[in-house]
Amino acid sequence: MNHIELKAKAIQIRMDLLKMIHGAKTGHTGGSLSNTDILTALYYKIMKIDQQNSKWAERDRFIASKGHSVESLWCILADLGFFPKEELETFSQFGTRLIGHPNNKVPGIEMNTGALGHGLAISVGMALAAKRDGKSYRVFCLMGDGEQAEGSVWEAAMAGPHFKLDNLVGIIDRNRLQISGSTEEVMGLEPLEEKWAAFGWNVVSIDGNDMESLVEAFGAVPTVPGKPTLVMANTVKGKGVSFAENNPAWHHHVPNDTQLSQALAELSAALELLQQEGRVR
Amino acid sequence: MNTIPNRQVICETLLKLAETDPDIMVLTSDSRGSAAMAPFANAFPNQFVEVGIAEQNIVGISAGLAHSGKKPFVTSPACFLSMRSIEQIKVDVAYSGTNVKLVGISGGVSYGALGMSHHSVQDIAVARAIPGLAVVLPADRHETKRMTEALVKHQGGVYVRIGRNAVEDVYESDDYEFIIGKAVTLRDGTDLTIIATGETVRVALDTQKALQEVGVSCRVINMHTIKPLDEEAIIRAARETGHIITVEEHSIFGGLGAAVAEVVVQHQLVPMRIIGIPDEPAIAGKSSEVFKHYGIHTDNLKRVALEMLGK
Ligand SMILES: Cc1ncc(C[n+]2csc(CCOP(=O)(O)OP(=O)(O)O)c2C)c(N)n1
Repeated sequence: MNHIELKAKAIQIRMDLLKMIHGAKTGHTGGSLSNTDILTALYYKIMKIDQQNSKWAERDRFIASKGHSVESLWCILADLGFFPKEELETFSQFGTRLIGHPNNKVPGIEMNTGALGHGLAISVGMALAAKRDGKSYRVFCLMGDGEQAEGSVWEAAMAGPHFKLDNLVGIIDRNRLQISGSTEEVMGLEPLEEKWAAFGWNVVSIDGNDMESLVEAFGAVPTVPGKPTLVMANTVKGKGVSFAENNPAWHHHVPNDTQLSQALAELSAALELLQQEGRVR
Repeated sequence: MNTIPNRQVICETLLKLAETDPDIMVLTSDSRGSAAMAPFANAFPNQFVEVGIAEQNIVGISAGLAHSGKKPFVTSPACFLSMRSIEQIKVDVAYSGTNVKLVGISGGVSYGALGMSHHSVQDIAVARAIPGLAVVLPADRHETKRMTEALVKHQGGVYVRIGRNAVEDVYESDDYEFIIGKAVTLRDGTDLTIIATGETVRVALDTQKALQEVGVSCRVINMHTIKPLDEEAIIRAARETGHIITVEEHSIFGGLGAAVAEVVVQHQLVPMRIIGIPDEPAIAGKSSEVFKHYGIHTDNLKRVALEMLGK
């Protein structure tokens, strides 16, 4: 896929996840919208995966440490054919396997996550196994910025460079909001990039809602021999839906009928703009 | 129909008590909204601490505050507070004897479709294995109010578990005395006893009514404190009613049922049934759907009772 097609795909995924959350009347809207571009770049361009064989030994691994933002992941896995798209209608309903967090009963999900601060350590283990086995797969771990307050994140942050895991990529969805408000008011993180660098990571800071930057940053991995990479993806929580952008209330707010129509209209307009540019065939 | 969730009652009660008690403190872990503690944060900023998403840190900080004479109330999701920070609870709170109140919010299967990471159905088992830690589950808003007042006066570590949504009233008013460690017999009866805790007390009361209609006399005990356990109430129920059913929003391992069974086998052996969540990740769905699936409802309790009595 080229960049324009990737951008169009991200818009489609946003529309899918909003409809899914609206239908289920539950979901984490804000954080899913902020990380949709990251996941689109990874799943449609960067990662080596095989939807026919989700356990393919050489596949790149993705761990959603911020497991509450599972909605974009469910929509992408369905779109790629890991499971039938109709199953999205069961999201969060009684007895479903598409629960509100990653669930490895579903093809394409590596590990069950949802308690914050677990993902990076798991990813260190996976990347370490690749090194010990002489395999070339890479491990991508998406974390929240609020999640950085968990001490376990920093235990794993110490371990990544110690084991020289240049096949490991930590990604922080730096949308600057958590549930109670701004990360800097709740538990200040800055200077966050310097902290990761001081722990021995190769830190790359980008606009995390910009497809070109994402593809470039992820495509370069392994970037520095012997060092894990931390991609500081500066994003907007609620990205793509004007009234949800940068509004902490939308962390787990569910759109009503009017809000859904407005959001879909905004996203359709963005899609049309892409098409008008005559670049999507 | 009551619409006030227990977490809101805790906030309102602490707000009132904090007017005259500058040592009461509330701590949250990015959970002031989910714990309904925003009004406290706004009214008493100097008695409020936000630690971010850091459940181990929140317990350690609270132990330090308590050591300095404060009365910290930690409000954080029950699943993380009870188990993510269990070592801090064991060592910094229980072992060191600090006066920390740990309020686990959205406990049991309140978080429904968020799955096992967010369900808190092992917390009673874990908390009650810790020496010196009291474990309390209030049944409704009235009890929650009286419990909160008792907690402020109580010296020492307590783990409290409440659910997310408003529950139907169990008590007609808050006009009774809540004593940590002392069970409340809500209905007297002679054929069997249902012992319940937290939000399942309401289910037990409804079952009592259903049994009464078919001529069965059922005692209902609200075991709001799992630890220290009111052994005397259990032994008396076993002697006087000869059959015991326990019901809880918790794994059948290590919770209320197990605690009651430990007393029954050692003092007054009678037939017992334990109703709760089996040894599996609880199925996803709304609390009511999950309860239905696992037989935590009146029809099933009535069926089990009649079967026990050979009727
Ligand atoms: C250990 C743990 N504590 C608390 C929570 C509850 N929780 C879910 S999402 C969230 C906020 C996450 O904020 P952030 O990491 O910034 O993610 P984003 O803003 O991208 O959604 C919290 C506190 C959790 N899932 N796990």
